[in-house]
Amino acid sequence: MALDKADVLHIARLARIRVAAEDLEGIASDLNHIIDWVEQLGEVETDTTAPMTSVVQMALKTRDDVVGDGGYADKVLANAPETADGFFVVPKVIE
Amino acid sequence: MTGAALIKGHTGDWEVVIGLEVHAHVVSESKLFSAAATTFGAAPNSQVSLVDAAMPGMLPVINMHCVRQAVRTGLGLNAKINLHSVFDRKNYFYPDLPQGYQISQFKQPVVGEGVVVIDMPSGEPREIGIERLHLEQDAGKSLHDQHSTKSYIDLNRAGVALMEIVSKPDMRSADEAAAYLTKMRSILRYLGTCDGNMQEGSMRADVNVSVRRPGTALGTRCEIKNVNSIRFVRQAIEVESWRQVEILEDGGSIDQETRLFDPDKGETRAMRSKEESHDYRYFPDPDLLPLEFDQSFVDDLRAGLPELPDAKKARFVSEYALSEYDAGVLVVERETAAYYEAVVDGEGAGCDPKLAANWVISELFGRLNREGKTIAESPVSATQLSGLIKLVEDDTISGRIAKDVFAQMFETGTDAAAIVAAKGLKQITDSGAIEAAVEKVIQASPEQAVQFREGNQKVAGWFVGQVMKATQGKANPKLVNEILKKKLGG
Amino acid sequence: MMSALTDLTIAEAGSLLTKGEISAVDLADAHIAAMEAEAELNAFITPTPERAREMAAAADASRARGEAGLLNGIPLAAKDLFCTEGILTTAGSHILQGFEPVYESTVSENLWQAGAVLLGKTNLDEFAMGSSNVTSHYGPVKNPWGRAVGRDLVPGGSSGGSAAAVAARIALGAVGTDTGGSIRQPAAFSGIVGMKPTYGRCSRWGIVAFASSLDQAGPLTRTVQDAAIMLRAMASHDPKDSTSVDRSVPDYEAALTGDVRGLRVGVPAEYRLDGMPAEIEALWQQGITWMRDAGAEIVEVSLPLTKYALPCYYIVAPAEASSNLARYDGMRFGLRVDGADLTDTYESTRAAGFGAEVKRRVMIGTYVLSAGYYDAYYLKAQKVRSRIGEDFEAAFGRCDVLLTPTAPSAAFTIGERQDDPILMYLNDVFTVPANLAGLPGISVPAGLDREGLPLGLQIIGRAFDEETMFRAAGVLETAADFTAKPPAL
Ligand SMILES: [Mg+2]
Ligand SMILES: [Zn+2]
Repeated sequence: MALDKADVLHIARLARIRVAAEDLEGIASDLNHIIDWVEQLGEVETDTTAPMTSVVQMALKTRDDVVGDGGYADKVLANAPETADGFFVVPKVIE
Repeated sequence: MTGAALIKGHTGDWEVVIGLEVHAHVVSESKLFSAAATTFGAAPNSQVSLVDAAMPGMLPVINMHCVRQAVRTGLGLNAKINLHSVFDRKNYFYPDLPQGYQISQFKQPVVGEGVVVIDMPSGEPREIGIERLHLEQDAGKSLHDQHSTKSYIDLNRAGVALMEIVSKPDMRSADEAAAYLTKMRSILRYLGTCDGNMQEGSMRADVNVSVRRPGTALGTRCEIKNVNSIRFVRQAIEVESWRQVEILEDGGSIDQETRLFDPDKGETRAMRSKEESHDYRYFPDPDLLPLEFDQSFVDDLRAGLPELPDAKKARFVSEYALSEYDAGVLVVERETAAYYEAVVDGEGAGCDPKLAANWVISELFGRLNREGKTIAESPVSATQLSGLIKLVEDDTISGRIAKDVFAQMFETGTDAAAIVAAKGLKQITDSGAIEAAVEKVIQASPEQAVQFREGNQKVAGWFVGQVMKATQGKANPKLVNEILKKKLGG
Repeated sequence: MMSALTDLTIAEAGSLLTKGEISAVDLADAHIAAMEAEAELNAFITPTPERAREMAAAADASRARGEAGLLNGIPLAAKDLFCTEGILTTAGSHILQGFEPVYESTVSENLWQAGAVLLGKTNLDEFAMGSSNVTSHYGPVKNPWGRAVGRDLVPGGSSGGSAAAVAARIALGAVGTDTGGSIRQPAAFSGIVGMKPTYGRCSRWGIVAFASSLDQAGPLTRTVQDAAIMLRAMASHDPKDSTSVDRSVPDYEAALTGDVRGLRVGVPAEYRLDGMPAEIEALWQQGITWMRDAGAEIVEVSLPLTKYALPCYYIVAPAEASSNLARYDGMRFGLRVDGADLTDTYESTRAAGFGAEVKRRVMIGTYVLSAGYYDAYYLKAQKVRSRIGEDFEAAFGRCDVLLTPTAPSAAFTIGERQDDPILMYLNDVFTVPANLAGLPGISVPAGLDREGLPLGLQIIGRAFDEETMFRAAGVLETAADFTAKPPAL
């Protein structure tokens, strides 16, 4: 399966990474090189194998329903590029 | 198919097909994957942990109470509980989604198929299938009206546990959708798993609408996002189904798309931001292991479930001989049903169940509605209302007087017996006193007496009224009738 | 005196501190001086000398009160992937420009609780994606061993700054992270010990995530004993990490008995790669001989899917990374490059904030998870991963530890292997399988190649059996008697 420039553009948009038109070709060839290589996994027989869900044997860790965090809007906002009145400020969201 | 309200287009009939995705906030103190609080209306970003803000290196740890709430809800929806379920990441970019993904359940939800019975005014029960229920994180809130080119983001809601409850496309009218939502909200409130408050966004619905010629295959659907009242759901379905019918009748076709309902304009419109062809790239969240529990966990939760509206309604019908309708009205809210039962056989109370149902439904509900009060805020307690009804039952006061007494109880919170005693409202059952009053009225109205003897029923009523007036309504109406008949020989 | 202090092991420094022969402040000063002197290695993104002096003074004070922790007064470096409260944390990326966490990672907090002293935040491949430390936004790190051959060599990666700092005697030890070999491979390239614990042994809370199911923190030190000491301090059960294991932390140092008699050492036939340099093969044979001579039983085992580990990794890791790195969006922290609208801002920020390798992996990850490809790539890789895990389990039915080379070559020249990503990925061919299976692994410096550059051998243990792994590694270390040091400035 070879990716073309349009595929790369689509992937880049999904990933929200701007790619210049002149770079699409090069990236496509890079990605195709890697994808061709990983496709050798097709040689491995996995018909009766379940996908790995956790790498070590353990049970899901759980919490009790207790409030013990939050209450520090200043810290939450401390590294924000832009804030106002306790809010994060971002470019206008269009619904 | 019952309940189908066909749309009469100019080329023939159309059937509306509706499926609902309800997002219900789980009642919990802390969020699904963080220990920040969930209370509504706090200062912006004050209920946000570093996990909710998706700071680098932050990790989710699940709130087991939320899992129990989801399982209890599943049981309340008569649904299959999955002992093994998986949290996936749903990837998309949005400023109110700090992680860049929502932790949700995609392939393996915690709850599978179930069924909800909705109550239609026709009295015919309809079963609506539940496809699934899964747990997921809510997003934060974007405020768009603070600035001309910027949006303001508050993450207080980000990470609050949601149950997404997906119905099958089993509804055929706006009425059915409204009945489904009403029933869903009722069940959730009984269970205490969601407060059902649609104004505050604790319960929201995505409405999937399509139309088709009756008996044909499903049409292309549109999803109307985040409708936040039952009234709006009804309106949205009506305008959207008409919009689709008009397009189809004009020879057009429906685009599968996401739309918004604008209640001010009474229309739906396509959302402008079309997410990148909705490729969410779901995969199991590697920060979490599968959610697993055993059957005994489910059984224990089942054993602790309250009596739910359907069971309660059936019991009210069989135990108290109520009509389906009255029982249905009484069980919508758990608190109302509890109040009613306290009137009928609560401690220090006890009265006729049918009388009690009438009093609760017409007098109490009517008055509470006018005052904008909830049952919990009722100035008349269940014991007090029962006391009043007992006075009617044993002929201490008439039904008419009882209404006045009730009004005073509502104003003052005083017991019925005290009001009756203080105001001397006890019914006159002494036939001598009533006879005297009857005599007086007859003497004062000879013409009417003649008409009465001639069998004029209207005049009979008028006589009763005059006697009641003369006794300030205290005369026992049954005795008045008897004596009138005796005196006038009717 | 100064060079003597920086030449100590953690164990030696600890004992001198205990005896009161040196102070933590002296030790910190000597290492701060070394850090300044070795600035040309570019091992640190953010040196924290002031913080180091304060922490050292505090360590001396707590020792005076009789409250010395396991690492009291030991100057360490931390990979700049660990979030450190109030100290710039970059992950080697432009996108975290100016980011000062308001929290401390669990592992680093554990170290400071044990009395360790932070010298600074070390350079790394951007978001830990690399095997050469050349993808850092803050420039490549030089391997101090380059001085031996007169070329600028890579230190390996991604924990390249940490490895260089320990090798160049700037820090007594360092913490790194290992997702596919990012501790063990730079340790091998730098002639030091690098250890990746069992997945779940160290908390991931507060470590910038690369690939959640593979990432694990571990120590880089100059001896196996030091690695055992450090791991004991780093490891803990953390309720804030759902994948952190609830097991008590053993005294790993006590496991270093020097006795491997009867220990079954597995040698996986499939690690004998086509085209593997003869020197690597020879060193491996030497290691086998050392272990046999020490009384271990050598067992040939088979890990049939070894050649599929790398391609499997290059699906799983980028997929997880593509999602983990979505939070770097310019909205709440770090770099924001304003665009015409929201989408433009996202795309501009991420285009400017991420380097080429990160973009490549995010795009690969996005692709393998996307509609229509998930089953063919991601799901398939997770199935292969299950089978790789099963292979290890079968092998560990026949042996107690595995002995393999750490990397297929010695350190290479900066700029080499840049044109072909797969050539670069091959650096991790021997280390990646342990990450896929969650197993502990350690690289021990075992010899020099013909140019005089260090080579490492790897011991892989059973899950949560770091003790046996350390015991074997200790014996290997003794036998190898690696005393070579990179030439001083
Ligand atoms: Mg939806
Ligand atoms: Zn949802």
